Amino acid sequence: MLIKIARPGDLHESDVTPESIYLSRRRFMGGMAGLGAGLALAGQAHASADYSDVPAGDAPGWLQEKIDATRWQAVTPSDPEKDKLAPFDDASGYNNFYEFGSGKSDPARHAGSLETQPWSVVVDGEVNNGGRIGLEDLARPSQFEERIYRLRCVEAWSMVIPWLGIPLAEVIKRAEPTSKARYVRFETLVDPEQMPGQRSSFSLIDWPYVEGLRLDEAMHPLTLLALGMYGRELPNQNGAPLRLVVPWKYGFKSIKSIVRISLVAEQPVNSWQQIAPDEYGFYANVNPQVDHPRWSQATERRLPNSLFSPNTIDTQMFNGYADDVAELYAGLDLRVNY
Amino acid sequence: MATRNTWRTWRAGVFLAALTPLVVWGWQVANNAAGPEPGRYLLLNIGTGALWMLLLTLSLTPLTRLTRWKGFTLIRRQLGLWTLAYATLHMLSYALFILGLDWAMLGSELVKRPYIIVGMLALIGLAALGATSNRWSMRRLGKRWKTLHRLAYPILGLILLHFLWVVRADLGEWVMYAAIAALVMATRLPPVARTLPRIRYRLAGT
Repeated sequence: MLIKIARPGDLHESDVTPESIYLSRRRFMGGMAGLGAGLALAGQAHASADYSDVPAGDAPGWLQEKIDATRWQAVTPSDPEKDKLAPFDDASGYNNFYEFGSGKSDPARHAGSLETQPWSVVVDGEVNNGGRIGLEDLARPSQFEERIYRLRCVEAWSMVIPWLGIPLAEVIKRAEPTSKARYVRFETLVDPEQMPGQRSSFSLIDWPYVEGLRLDEAMHPLTLLALGMYGRELPNQNGAPLRLVVPWKYGFKSIKSIVRISLVAEQPVNSWQQIAPDEYGFYANVNPQVDHPRWSQATERRLPNSLFSPNTIDTQMFNGYADDVAELYAGLDLRVNY
Repeated sequence: MATRNTWRTWRAGVFLAALTPLVVWGWQVANNAAGPEPGRYLLLNIGTGALWMLLLTLSLTPLTRLTRWKGFTLIRRQLGLWTLAYATLHMLSYALFILGLDWAMLGSELVKRPYIIVGMLALIGLAALGATSNRWSMRRLGKRWKTLHRLAYPILGLILLHFLWVVRADLGEWVMYAAIAALVMATRLPPVARTLPRIRYRLAGT
């Protein structure tokens, strides 16, 4: 006989009601004003930062129009001196995107081959208003915002990056989730012809790359669907044309080049959890108290750094967004649910 | 017949070739061409360099069997010492550029991270071989010198294990090095080792 004892973090039958949506929506209606003290909020008066040294992009007309109408600096770090923007060349030249190789400069070297126009996303699962939707139709109804977020990689380095995008919550709401929807599952494009990393016989990842969020995490106002960065559209190597940005979680949660968003009832198994469940969990919240089995997460190297100053800083709980997101995890044992 | 001077030039050429990668990487770091994390760039390149040096060192014996060219034997000690030099610089890069000389952190890392322990064991082994790479030690140790220097084989295994444990998502590069290592070791199996001179006669006969 199976005796099931609910852990404090387990969801109960009653949670099946779309309470999380309701709560998230209310929080959302509260608008960005609901964001805590960790973030300085600015109105539309702010102009774009100086991106004159950033190479011009090649955005289609509709996307350029949306970018031009961006609400600039909608979310900025509370201490801009401490959280200085990484140079564009570093943010676009040094990252992980295993579809294009396992080295840090592989994505910049190989992602040029990715064809991002036209692009469409399948929205399916527990929704009333699903289907295949063109990128333009997906993004157009929402106001673009610039969000300057810290990005903390699970490998213990970090950068500060100005994203351009729309709240994921708005896209989910338009899909009209049913009461069965509890999680959101994301998939990256699979196309070995364009993505050399997917041709490797020794890859440990079982393509497509999959990520997931709890519905309330997905509906959180900080959760962004990014289409651009540094005042232009996303470079291919950073996940063009559409990627997720969840600033309080390790970078690998922020899935790139998304082709499918599914509302689901069961917790998805994300790619890294599938490869090494003892090293990577579903939640992957930035947490200085829970080490990766192979390295410490207590500190991080803020990039760019230099040879004799590794620029090591203390990692903050939830990457410094605790005031905004800690309540999502009340009662959840973060040591177990890493 | 090669003269004394020719051999000296050969050895100096090998020395410069082994030094070149370090100069190139240093130049890249000095000119901001090594990316946003230059310390890690040096760490990974020098570490891979150490593995290359060990593989090259261990290739010299089978190459000598295959060709009987004296030049390979003449650079064996040098390449062995280059392996030690690269491994030492790799460890120093870790201490300086990654840990930032935070020794308390080194203590906790050593205890918790098996791949660092394995790397340290390999370095200690290489240091022992380096310390006995002189005529005096060879005389003193006699037959045991050869046995001691066979430590290079388990050290190669430790380095590959150290490398395997830092792989995250793609084993391709590691598999390439492991395959080269397997080939180099296979040439030491008695049946293969006996075949190598025979290949030489056959090549000479044509």
